[in-house]
Amino acid sequence: MAEMVFTKSTRTLRDWFAQLAVYCAALLICAAFTWILSDIVRGGMAHLSLDFVIGSPREAGRAGGIGSILVSTALVLAIALMAALPLGWTTAALLANHVSADRGFGGAVRYSLQVLAAVPSIVFGLFGNAFFSIYLGMGFSILSGGLTLACMLLPILVSTAESGLRAIPDAYRLSAAALGMSRTSTLFRLLLPIAAPSLAAGLLLGIGRAIAETAALLFTSGYVDRTPGSLLDSGRTLAVHIFDLSMNVPGGDAAAYASALVLITALLLINVIAMRLTAGWQRRKIMSQNSNGYSNTDVP
Amino acid sequence: MRIFSIKKYAIFIVALLLGYGWAQPGNAASEKLVLTGASTIAPLAAEIARRFESQHPGTRIDVQTGGSSRGINDTRNGTAGIGMVSRALKPAEQDLQAHTIALDGVGFILHASNPVSGLSRQQVIDIYTGKIVSWKTLGGRDAPITAINKAEGRSTLELFLGYLKLKNSDIKPHVIIGDNAQGIKTVAGNPNAIGYVSIGAAEYEARHGTPIKLLPLDGIAATVANVRNGTFPLSRPLNLVTRTEPEGLARDFIAFARSEQVHDLVEAQYFVPIGFR
Amino acid sequence: MIWSRHNILSPSASVDTLTLWLLRGAAGAAMGVVLLILLFLAMESWPALRHISIDRFLTDPSWNPGENLYNLAPMLSGTLYAAAGALLLATPLGIASALFIAYYASPHVASIYRHLVELLAGIPSVVYGFWGLTTLVPLINQLHPPGASLLAGILVLTLMILPTVALTAYATLLAVPGEYMIGAAALGLSRWGMIRGVALPAAKTGIAAGVILAAGRAIGETMALLMVTGNVVQNASSLFEPIRTLAANIALEMPYAMDDHRAALFVSGLTLMVLVMSLWGVAARLARNGDG
Repeated sequence: MAEMVFTKSTRTLRDWFAQLAVYCAALLICAAFTWILSDIVRGGMAHLSLDFVIGSPREAGRAGGIGSILVSTALVLAIALMAALPLGWTTAALLANHVSADRGFGGAVRYSLQVLAAVPSIVFGLFGNAFFSIYLGMGFSILSGGLTLACMLLPILVSTAESGLRAIPDAYRLSAAALGMSRTSTLFRLLLPIAAPSLAAGLLLGIGRAIAETAALLFTSGYVDRTPGSLLDSGRTLAVHIFDLSMNVPGGDAAAYASALVLITALLLINVIAMRLTAGWQRRKIMSQNSNGYSNTDVP
Repeated sequence: MRIFSIKKYAIFIVALLLGYGWAQPGNAASEKLVLTGASTIAPLAAEIARRFESQHPGTRIDVQTGGSSRGINDTRNGTAGIGMVSRALKPAEQDLQAHTIALDGVGFILHASNPVSGLSRQQVIDIYTGKIVSWKTLGGRDAPITAINKAEGRSTLELFLGYLKLKNSDIKPHVIIGDNAQGIKTVAGNPNAIGYVSIGAAEYEARHGTPIKLLPLDGIAATVANVRNGTFPLSRPLNLVTRTEPEGLARDFIAFARSEQVHDLVEAQYFVPIGFR
Repeated sequence: MIWSRHNILSPSASVDTLTLWLLRGAAGAAMGVVLLILLFLAMESWPALRHISIDRFLTDPSWNPGENLYNLAPMLSGTLYAAAGALLLATPLGIASALFIAYYASPHVASIYRHLVELLAGIPSVVYGFWGLTTLVPLINQLHPPGASLLAGILVLTLMILPTVALTAYATLLAVPGEYMIGAAALGLSRWGMIRGVALPAAKTGIAAGVILAAGRAIGETMALLMVTGNVVQNASSLFEPIRTLAANIALEMPYAMDDHRAALFVSGLTLMVLVMSLWGVAARLARNGDG
């Protein structure tokens, strides 16, 4: 060993150490990931069954399933997306196509979206409780939880859609203008369809973020673990259910593991689809940039 | 691939609104009752509500947790029809009406492997104020004590402080928990921890194989039986409170919750049904 | 950009104007949300700020809202300790991961590893908390009771913010112009020499921005820390002592809080928001300077 150290120059030795450190770090992270996942899969598999997925929780969740909780989760998600999607995508269209994003109105909008992205989720929870639940009188309800989540999703939806729209080469816009298309029809018939994969990827990222959220929903959509009869009823989402089972229900661990498994599986699926979409979109972007490579230099 | 389509979005919204509108009349025709308050009572109340609803179609009873003081507050300002309060009403709360549905005790729990087999009131005070820091002083292992306290606003904490005649700022805890299960979980995972939780919750867990044991306090075993006959010093009523004399659905529900039809539910949660003293 | 000018070729200028106003309205609403959040936080905090002088939030003997004592300082220190510890661990690990993806692994392995890190980013905080509670806390307890501690918080938080550091660092490394690396290779630099001498200096502002974003996430994280840190309000003097963070305090006491207590929780929410916002401001400035 000692001879080796002397024969090798210090530079290659440093190289070797750096490589070792990087590989160790990567291995460590892989190990941690496997540890968490295998714990949850092992804990959850035994309890997981079709009855568990569609059944209603009994005895505060120790027995029964998560059927009603999945319904609440879907409803909260639907409300959040319905409120956030039109707002987010139109804002993105404005920022990407119509105004300068650095100055004036565009700058202000962009700055406030950055602020919004920075707000911790528990603060969204406080705001949702004070504004939607109490000030607007929605109480603990699916509606108030969904709207709180919508505020939270806004920055993600805007930034993904905006980058998708910006990635479209200016040549498209110029050709559309040359053909005499109005800006509105250019936006709806040309730009949005082209940017669709990135919009979809943003949408999926938003969904992923929304179904993972707990802190913002604790004081807005509440704890009630039954199938909601209307949007003004309280409903417990899956993430809140896991929290409640593991913290507040004696003997709730097995069900919590199984619920976590369901949640993670859903998130993995969403992530994989989103990755596929972004990958496809990037490939297409590169192709279109290659075929229109001149446009960047020709456009003033 | 076109996912952005105003038409589709409009159809989606209309469908959702229709669904909402369809759900609304069904909901408006039914009677709804909201219960908020103590997390100790909430699981029991939810089970009772489920059975009540199945016997009274067209009713809906929502149970929200939030602690006894929240139950009192929400009942006073009318947000909730019934508040759940896991202690006797204080003198300042006599404007409300309490309806006891069950009895519960608060017991001290240790890990099952801890050799200490009983504590006196003074010893508990010394542990929680930091005067006794090792189990060795109490005849146990030579290991530091992990004292578990409850967070502000829980009635278990109020009962505990009242029994020990301490202020919360006197207590030197090592872990603070929110609800009973978290305390049980912490003790089960730590052989040197001591905590106090609802006897009902502790006994449920101990029967299901969790390695915890309930300690006798001043020589009286912390059992459901001793809570039932009133000898255990740290016991409390589980109350449903209302602002006025209950009427309509609230009256029916309270009567149902106090009736013999729910004794099996009360016992399944290891509480003591009333009328069994 | 051409499109920011008025287009005289447009045959339907009125529809365009309408669309523009619609878009402006939506963007305005998006902006309004931020103002609304600030407004409501301030409004709900107001009773506490009026009844309790600001310095009492730092000088009261303890946090016991039941006894009218509102000292936020120990929770502030707990938040900062946990965030700093997690950053200390996550920064080298994250940068190493980014280097691994960018320069060390074969393309196939790199893509698998990158997806793994992305999936790690997608795991909900409540699942991290649950895992920490059932696995990590008992382990640490065997080492040094009570288990639920600053250390458990730091470890869980590290896992949670690591993907942020790794993915932003990777994105910046990717943006380092290829010519730099080719030039460095032509000079006969070794791999580590290229990374240290060329890639990292070129990417340093971007990486710093990523680390600051991660710090923001660490400070605002609620559920996972609530579940594993023990939640005792105190200034931790060792890694094995329990702490309570500002965000966990809100989640723990909010359902039970009324009047001044509730308002004091909104004050801690406001504090959190200001902390995180200023961090993001720094990150945004860094990123802008990095671009220009």
